[in-house]
Formats: sequence, C-alpha cells, structure tokens
Amino acid sequence: MIEFFQNDLAYYIVSGVLALLVMFGIFLMSKVEKARLGNGISAFSMLLAIIITLLRHEILSVYALYIFLAIGAVIGLFIAIKVKMIETPQLIAMLNGLGGLASTIVGGFALLKIGANGDVFSQMTAIIALLIGSITFIGSLVAALKLARKMTQKPINLPHHSLILGCLLVLIFVLIILTAFDLIAPIFVLMIAVILSGLFGFIFTIKIGGADMPITISLLNSLSGVAGAITGLAIGDILLVSIGGIVGASGLLLTQIMCRAMNRKLFDILLGKTSSKGSQEQKIEVEEKVQTNVVITDPVAVIKQAKNVIIVPGYGMAIAQAQYQVKELADLLKEQGASVKFAIHPVAGRMPGHMNVLLAEVDVDYDDLFEMDAINPEFENADVTIVVGANDVLNPAARNQPDTPLYGMPILNVDESKEVFIFNFDLKPGYSGVNNPLYQKSNVHLFLGNAKDTLRGFLESLKG
Amino acid sequence: MEIILVAVFLVSTILGYILINNVPSLLHTPLMSGMNALSGITIVGALIATAIVSKGTNGIVSSLFGGLAIIVASINVFGGFGVTDRMLKMFKKKEKRVESHD
Repeated sequence: MIEFFQNDLAYYIVSGVLALLVMFGIFLMSKVEKARLGNGISAFSMLLAIIITLLRHEILSVYALYIFLAIGAVIGLFIAIKVKMIETPQLIAMLNGLGGLASTIVGGFALLKIGANGDVFSQMTAIIALLIGSITFIGSLVAALKLARKMTQKPINLPHHSLILGCLLVLIFVLIILTAFDLIAPIFVLMIAVILSGLFGFIFTIKIGGADMPITISLLNSLSGVAGAITGLAIGDILLVSIGGIVGASGLLLTQIMCRAMNRKLFDILLGKTSSKGSQEQKIEVEEKVQTNVVITDPVAVIKQAKNVIIVPGYGMAIAQAQYQVKELADLLKEQGASVKFAIHPVAGRMPGHMNVLLAEVDVDYDDLFEMDAINPEFENADVTIVVGANDVLNPAARNQPDTPLYGMPILNVDESKEVFIFNFDLKPGYSGVNNPLYQKSNVHLFLGNAKDTLRGFLESLKG
Repeated sequence: MEIILVAVFLVSTILGYILINNVPSLLHTPLMSGMNALSGITIVGALIATAIVSKGTNGIVSSLFGGLAIIVASINVFGGFGVTDRMLKMFKKKEKRVESHD
C-alpha cells in the first residue's frame, strides 16, 4: 500500500482522482438540493488526501501529528457548531486567515529547504507562498476585525497610503529576486518577508471600508487558495497545487462578480481608491425636505390592500437582527393572500450571498428569493416594496447622476413600485456617500430607527 | 516536474473557474465558505514538513511551528466544512406553504 503511493505516477493518478472528486463536489454545489452532499464529498476528499499523505511519506507513526490534528479538529468543530449565523462573515475571514498562516509556515519551511529540494524553482515558489500566505493571514485578520465591528468600518488612510503600499511591493519584489540568486541567508529572507508582507496585508486592508468587504473577503479567499497552490509548487506536491488552484479560481470569480455588481474595478480597490468621497454637504437639505411629506396615505391600509409585495433586505437587517421580523411580516402578508418575493442584490450585506444565509436561517423558502435580474422587471407591478436596511443598492442616483460614485452600478428598481416602505436606521447616505433621492418621493413611507423595533411596531399595528 | 506542476495549476484554475460559474448567487456564501475549507489543503504540506522536522535535528522551535501550522490548517478545514454544512442545512424548501394556521 505504502509502496503504491510512493510511486510518483500512482500518486499523480490518485491526486488527479481526488481533484476530480473535489470538482464533482463543487459541481453539486450549483444545486441547492445537492449542495450539502457536495460539501460532504469535498470534505471526504480532504480526509483521503490527509491519509494518503501520511501513507506516502511514511509518517503514520509520527504520533505528534495526530495530537496537532486533533487539537485543530476539536477547535474547528467547536467553532463550527457554536458560531452564530450572524457572525459568519468574520468567521469565514478568520478561518481564511488561518489557512494563510499555514501556507506561510509551510512556505517558510520550504525556504529553509525542509520538505523541499531547495533548487531555484522551489526557493522562488517558497518565498512567494510565504509572502502571499502572510498577506492573506494579516489581511484576513483585519477584515475579520472590521466585520466583527471591533475596528472602524471607515477606511483608514495613512499619509501617502498608496506610496507606502507601492514601496512595500517593490521591496517584496526585490526580495524575491535576491532569493532567486541566493544572495541572502534563507533565515533572514524569511524574517524580512514576514515583516514586509505582514505590513502590506495590514496597510492594504485597513484602507478598505465596510461595504467593500464582499470584494475584499472574496479576494482574500482567492489568495489563500493561491498561497496553497504555490506552497504545493514549492514542495512539489501535485494535490496541493490542483486544489489550491481551484480555490484560487473560485475566489477570483466571486471577486469579479462582486466588482461587477458594485460597478467597481478590482484594480481601483487594489490601489485603495474608495468610493466614499461622499457628498456630505447635501445631507441636511434632504432631511428637511423629507419632513414635509410624511405619511400622506396610511401605510397599514396600503399594505392590507397589497397583492404583490417585494421585500428588499440589506446590511441593516443583519445588524439589527431583524430577519425574524421580516419573516413574520412576510408570513402575515402571505396569509392575507399577497404574493411575497425577496429581492436580493448581489452585494447586499458584507459577503457574497449574505442575505440568502440570513433568510434561510429564519426558514424563508429559497424559492421566494430572487436575484436582481430576475426580480427587476417585477417592481413596476409591485403594490408595495418593503426595504429593510438597504440604501445604495436601490439608489436611483446610480442611474441618473453621472457625477456620483454610484453611477453605473446595477440597482434594484425599487423606485418603480407603487408604494415603498423603508425601514432604515436613518436618512444618512449609504456607504457610497450618495444621498438617496428616493427618500423625497411622495409614495415613499419612512420608518426610521432600528429595523427590529420599527418592524415590530409595524407588525403590531398591522395585526391590531 | 516543474512544468507538470505549473500545468496542473493552470488546468485546475480553469476548471475551477468554469465549475464555479454555475453556482447560483443564492449559494455564494456556502460556496465561499466551502472553498475556504478547501484552502486548508495546505495541511498536507504542514504534515509533511512537521514530520520531517520532528524526525530530524531541527530543534524544538521548528517542531512548534510545524505543529502550529497543522493546528491552524485543521481548524480551517474542520471549522470550514462544519460551518458550511450547518449553513446548507438551513436552505430548505418548505413542503407546506402556510404552516402557521394551526
């Protein structure tokens, strides 16, 4: 058995089969009914990969490995079971960072010629794996802190921010070249690399604001895969290379989807250009106007007549934990015979698919969740659209105000519906800093405050 | 050898890209979380390197780093797959549309 896996050709074939198995698992994830099985298959392939590695390298009897594995497994499973669904964005970011840390360490070993043959190719890939791994690690930690709201959601700008990042990149590049020519002792390379890339990861991520998180988190996810793949190149392990490659590609694709949905160029975000150059000065004027058109029609009467209702959730629903009230409202409306659909903007929330998870948690049927392109034609027939904690993703300025940073971003056509109820915290512009002209329209009813409380109040008046 | 590795990297990247394009945005969070768990495949490298340092004469510090790599990678793997499974369990289709009548 062990001889079998030590044969390189056999190992390549086995690795190929495992990679295909993983891909089959991902393929199953494209259907909701099969997704859980797909995840299970991926997990199973990973288990096989670990067993095969132990066999191939004849390290079954190194008992310390099992202790470390067991510690990690217990902590990991404990986290997986205990974590609240609301905390998933920061959890994913943190786990992602740990993957990066592992790649950093393995890359570091390879650089010291442990587990790697030490030729130029392996030295080069080792240093790159180490660099990307530690950028992922530090970047993910900062992202996790921001997502957990333990760090400011606003972009932190250092003086000469881009210049510092540029300099760090140049230094990193120089370091890679020096390593290629074996000009510095590996142990020093290692230390300098950790410092440079750690700094880079930190400075890069503190600049990114809360609402750009879906992009950042996908990008970091991609990087952790790339780090794994390059670690594989360094230690000559084909399995690592192929699975790392798949993860890298998936993260990249998600990043692209997020960028498209926000009308941002990835490059701008990499350069730290944030969209929040907002037009703060208009704010006061808007709030004054809003006061003049409060509640012309009785919203409760309107909603009781409604036949077609669309609900638009946003990050505000997540912070207020208002998904339970949203579900209650949806059930109530269905009971009175209305059709209720949920419109999910691709970047609503803080990670790709964030709203879907929150609504699934409160047992909303996923057949009621609609993507932007599917639901947009339906807003004009909607009697009422209920917005819960969303702003930028429905701001008509994206269509008709070319001078704003939102311009060109695909939005939900909430403004086309007959009546709009908005359960937002306040009237401040969203992350983009662009005021929402929707707030001034006469068919818009505003319920300001914590969405959980305002929805509760609304539900009570609806029942009573 | 290097060429094979680089080729494998490119092919998997392209295949992964094609496959993931089919995943609906409904499932993007579990997908990302599952991919995240997969990125813990570095655990394989961590196991190999740690076994080497623990057998050799590289000293306790290397072994500790190796152990740390295994621990964090396996947290990533187990935590990642675990939380993905929990999330996917929630995506259900209701048989009965209105249950709250009784």
